[in-house]
Amino acid sequence: MNKQNRRDFLKSVTTVGITAAGLSAAAPTKLNAAPENVLSEDRMGVLVDTTVCIGCRKCEWACKESHGMHAGDIEDYDEKGIFNSRRRPDHTGHTVVNEYENDKNRSLPIYLKVQCMHCDRPACVSACIVGAFSKKESGAVIWDDSKCIGCRYCMVACPFQIPAFDYHKALEPDIHKCDFCFDRTKNGKLPACVEICPVETLTYGKRSDLIQVARNKIKNYPDRYLDHIFGETEVGGTSWLYLASKEFEKLDFPKLGKNPAPGVSESIQHGIFAYFIPPIALYALLGGIMWISKNRDKSEGEAH
Amino acid sequence: MELAMKPEQMKKKFFTPWVIALTLIAINGLIFLAIRFFWGIGAVTNLSNEHPWGIWIGIDVAAGVALAAGGFTTAALGHIMHRDKYEAVIRPALLTAMLGYTFVAVSVAVDLGRYYSIWHPLIYWNGNSALFEVGMCVMIYVTVLYIEFLPIVTERFIGRVNLPGVLSRLNGTIDKILRALDRGLNKTMFIFIIAGVVLSCLHQSSLGTLMIIAGPKMHPLWQTPVLPLLFLLSAFSVGFPMVIMESITASKSFGLKPETHILSKLGSMVGPLLGIYLAFKLGDMFIRETFVYLTELTTESVMFSIEILLGVVIPLRMFLSNEVRKSPTGLYIASVLVIFGVLLNRINNFLVAYTPPYETASYFPSIGEISVTLGFVCMEILLYRFFVKHFPIISIPDKAGINKAKYSIKGA
Ligand code: SF4
Ligand code: SF4
Ligand code: SF4
Repeated sequence: MNKQNRRDFLKSVTTVGITAAGLSAAAPTKLNAAPENVLSEDRMGVLVDTTVCIGCRKCEWACKESHGMHAGDIEDYDEKGIFNSRRRPDHTGHTVVNEYENDKNRSLPIYLKVQCMHCDRPACVSACIVGAFSKKESGAVIWDDSKCIGCRYCMVACPFQIPAFDYHKALEPDIHKCDFCFDRTKNGKLPACVEICPVETLTYGKRSDLIQVARNKIKNYPDRYLDHIFGETEVGGTSWLYLASKEFEKLDFPKLGKNPAPGVSESIQHGIFAYFIPPIALYALLGGIMWISKNRDKSEGEAH
Repeated sequence: MELAMKPEQMKKKFFTPWVIALTLIAINGLIFLAIRFFWGIGAVTNLSNEHPWGIWIGIDVAAGVALAAGGFTTAALGHIMHRDKYEAVIRPALLTAMLGYTFVAVSVAVDLGRYYSIWHPLIYWNGNSALFEVGMCVMIYVTVLYIEFLPIVTERFIGRVNLPGVLSRLNGTIDKILRALDRGLNKTMFIFIIAGVVLSCLHQSSLGTLMIIAGPKMHPLWQTPVLPLLFLLSAFSVGFPMVIMESITASKSFGLKPETHILSKLGSMVGPLLGIYLAFKLGDMFIRETFVYLTELTTESVMFSIEILLGVVIPLRMFLSNEVRKSPTGLYIASVLVIFGVLLNRINNFLVAYTPPYETASYFPSIGEISVTLGFVCMEILLYRFFVKHFPIISIPDKAGINKAKYSIKGA
């Protein structure tokens, strides 16, 4: 390395350093402009009392009807044969009702409505590469058609296996999941499923109030309910809450801890990228090694 | 003194029976790809709402990135630590990385439901997403790799621009542009070289972060908060074995003598790297006490054991042996085992370990998925062959014994 080159090298290293510093100053604000993820005190929720549900599946019909999906005739939903297999929400419907055996009274099966839980610390929001998911003030976790690239990482991330994908569409495949009737509630309407339910299985309200309601129910009817509100603490809490008479695991609820699903990965991400310091430090370190080993070779060469 | 090495274009003819077989497999893959683009991902894959990711992510992307680690590990060794004697392997490794990452990007696009929106991460940011970071790093790194490759292009064409017909009038101008480019690259190349290594460290580890958010869906044998570190360490240890394997294969294929002295020196670094990886892998297992799962006979426990024994322990032992490192065959087998181990590790992490809560059927790749994956591998090999024939990539002993300087590190 001659003098000229060495000066160039130093100049360039300094330039890189300054650029990097500039980047690091600008980047955090941008990076924090991650998707909207508000945890409002007043967020809404739904309390699902599975001991009340009669399995009429009207919520399935109403959900499709309100979301422009093929709903068909509401009478067809009385068909009980459908309960022979357990179904999952998919591109044909954002919610399904499944049947489970009732150990206490075999003639009265337990029915369980399934849809997105609208997590308070949603894995899908944290995971989505383009921030197509967002958690709204109302508590709803919704998906933005205009951003999604169809990578399906949200599906990998969701602890409840909720987002579904249009595997048979070559163009504009969508991610499908319950949107908590975002457009309806925005205009003061009830979620379609809540509105149609004939037996008040579903109670729509402020999440904090719903937890009180659920606690009172458990206190007043200890024989009827297990002392567990599913969703109160699971994966950091969910907007949809469940009461049941049978262990939640036997109702196919996944066994989940209290820690929010995105916790570990987010702290790792933020650790690696803390104001871009680790990458820049690595850059500087490698630059230093490169410079030193060059000079070492150079002086060895001269010594020969 | 050892004979100086000089990169040359390979002169053998392109088509051999092997090449024809590879071409057919590649075409078969393209046919299935066409079906995917006309009728959607579901038409050719076994993917479902339960198993949203298959081998196109687990092998083509995750393993693809890991196995392209030869690029940044040799760059770190040759350029940053300035170990001149490894220069002969830098260009082949750079070419593999460039092709490898190109195919990683293509595979991502193929797997994306909305492949035409692949650029969205450039404008819609989500700093919390490990996938976002992987995507950005890979995008920038591919660009860096292309820039690192440019000097080889300029070297190939400077003084040899020879366009036919009317275009021949442009020859002089193009030559001037190339020379200017070469000078510019010469001064700035180190910026890109260091950036390449930094970017690699970042996304190699973030690939490990990817599956952490899957939480309990992932088998505890693999699900650990140190996954990013394990991914990085395994990428470090698979870099040189990839270079060794390719170098020996290329020598065979082009009828050259394998550069055993360089390769065994490379090999001597693999042992320690593998050792560190193994230490962390086992340490993690003991700290989290996941060895209890190894006492049951399940797909997971079997796959984990194969991965560790065949993919890490045995090659580690081999690379520590002087005899093995001195023989091309020994080096070759040991390297292939390491590569197999890392490939299996990525498959395990992304596919075998993944069990969704409402699983009705386990995932196994469809004929279409396998065809596309194999097709891509074949295309990569064919392109490699094309490049080494048309560009000075592979070094052969320089009979004249002079001009060692011409390809000394750009930017130094
Ligand atoms: S249940 Fe799944 S899709 Fe719904 S908010 Fe939670 S992580 Fe997102
Ligand atoms: S599939 Fe769409 S919504 Fe889901 S993570 Fe990918 S870009 Fe985001
Ligand atoms: S809240 Fe709306 S979208 Fe969700 S299940 Fe009920 S009707 Fe369907």
